[in-house]
Amino acid sequence: MSLRDNPLGELKVPLTWAAGIALIVAVVAATAILLSDRRETFKAEAYGVSRKASDTVLAPVGDVLATPGRWIGTSFDTVRDYFGAASENADLKTELREMRQWRDVAIALRDENARYRTLLGLKTDPPVPMVAARVVTDSHGPFADTRLANAGRERGVKVGNPVMSENGLVGRVIGVTDGASRVLLLTDIASRTPVMIDRTNARAILTGDGGPNPRLDYLRGRDPIREGDRLLTSGDGGVVPRGLPVGTAVRGLDGRWRVVLASDRAPIDFVRILLFEDFTQVVNLKQLSETPTPPPTPGPGMPKSPGAEVAATEAPEPAQAKPQAAPEVVAKPAAPKPAGGVAQAPAAIKAPGAEAAKSGASKPAAAKTDTAKPAARTPPAKPDDATKPSSKPKPKTQPAGGGQG
Amino acid sequence: MSAARGLQPWRWLGVPMLQAIVATILFGLPLRAFGWQLPQPIFPMALAFAWAVIRPSILAPFAILVMGLILDVFWGGPLGLWALCLLIAYGVALAGRTMMAGQSQAILWAWYGLTTGAAMVSGYLFVMLDSRSSPGLIPAAWQFVATIVLYPFAQRLIDLFEDADVRFR
Repeated sequence: MSLRDNPLGELKVPLTWAAGIALIVAVVAATAILLSDRRETFKAEAYGVSRKASDTVLAPVGDVLATPGRWIGTSFDTVRDYFGAASENADLKTELREMRQWRDVAIALRDENARYRTLLGLKTDPPVPMVAARVVTDSHGPFADTRLANAGRERGVKVGNPVMSENGLVGRVIGVTDGASRVLLLTDIASRTPVMIDRTNARAILTGDGGPNPRLDYLRGRDPIREGDRLLTSGDGGVVPRGLPVGTAVRGLDGRWRVVLASDRAPIDFVRILLFEDFTQVVNLKQLSETPTPPPTPGPGMPKSPGAEVAATEAPEPAQAKPQAAPEVVAKPAAPKPAGGVAQAPAAIKAPGAEAAKSGASKPAAAKTDTAKPAARTPPAKPDDATKPSSKPKPKTQPAGGGQG
Repeated sequence: MSAARGLQPWRWLGVPMLQAIVATILFGLPLRAFGWQLPQPIFPMALAFAWAVIRPSILAPFAILVMGLILDVFWGGPLGLWALCLLIAYGVALAGRTMMAGQSQAILWAWYGLTTGAAMVSGYLFVMLDSRSSPGLIPAAWQFVATIVLYPFAQRLIDLFEDADVRFR
């Protein structure tokens, strides 16, 4: 049928106006989708069905398409390694000599650490299980830096799991489906990671900005950082385990502190997804947020009412708790000089503190902080039990921290 | 006769759209040689510009919306970001369509740069509002440069389809 035979052929539609209206409708739809998107949250349901479906399809497709590229990349590396073998050999020999010295230091430190842990009764972190995966797609634009890894829900990967390469932290999982997981890189604009400077223990937030070197925000203290300082994850917030290598500090062109990521040393083709349980996933948040109501205390000029009598009988309880709790705080094993309160909890407390002091704890402050937690959580106990680092929390004297799992 | 029959949408919308998606996927593979990664240009930007120049269309904005959403899903960015940015680029090109008529390639290239710039600035602002943090200017500039280099593809599409339908001459 030709155009003239068509009954609607003579109908003149103001096409520019119609196109304009179609454009407005499409813009409204896109805006609504954009406003409803919540990709970087820790909620698994925020990662929509469309994303899950596309990731499931993209993972095998990307894997197949990337295979020739991997072969080519490997060939390039082989050629480069062949021509650079002599100089690399010399560098490696030098590095090996240094590493041998470090190995001896590490063995000595490991032994010392083990002794301290035994003395302190410190609860160490359990080993984190991990899953190996291959990166199949890679986006590195200014507004999105993510990768798709070919291990998903079937292998126990969950939203929030940290992802590492052989050199350091890469990012965290923001979406999981069968056979694939989407990794938000440290360089993404939505990425925020709590880190610490290894040398000074100062804390900062690593903030991605789409570039290769994310910046350090919220740095505190006087001279907390220097060029070349090593950065590790701080573990604050419980999302990422403490001590994962992140990178090295450098001063950016804009004058801000930035990080050369350790994971950038080599192509990120294989990654390890740490099946790390987030602190907030483990604890009973409801129990943790419960705050017991303090008993009412009568004012000095207030007449005594039956209610006040009840309060007066209950009031001494927290007051009694104080002197009982005090010896346990003092009983920090690494404290160099035990205070007078020790007398209430005699030999059992004295022994570990004295031994730790003798063995010359290099960081008494750090040891104090670590031990303060279990001690503060311990309820008033009998002198015989005083050395036990943890026991069941008692809600009346331990309001906030009792629910830790 | 064939010209009077009109241009089928799959020819000037469907096929280029498919090509742009395939190119985006290929450039999103994790390839790295001698420490260099593939650039990541916005292939659909060339289509958004060319479609607006070729003719006003009701289907084109929705095709751009779909393409933008595919881009967001593939790159793992905020869903709707590139859909909106590409539609803004299309809108700018559509608004300046009459001014572009009969202009030389260099001028059209400048217009293409302008529409790409408008899209990227919008994207920058949206991301800044969304994440309450400024994206890096250097990576944004790199992506802008990688995208404006794609103008010859847009020109090729314009040359192919601008005069394909006698009703739009």
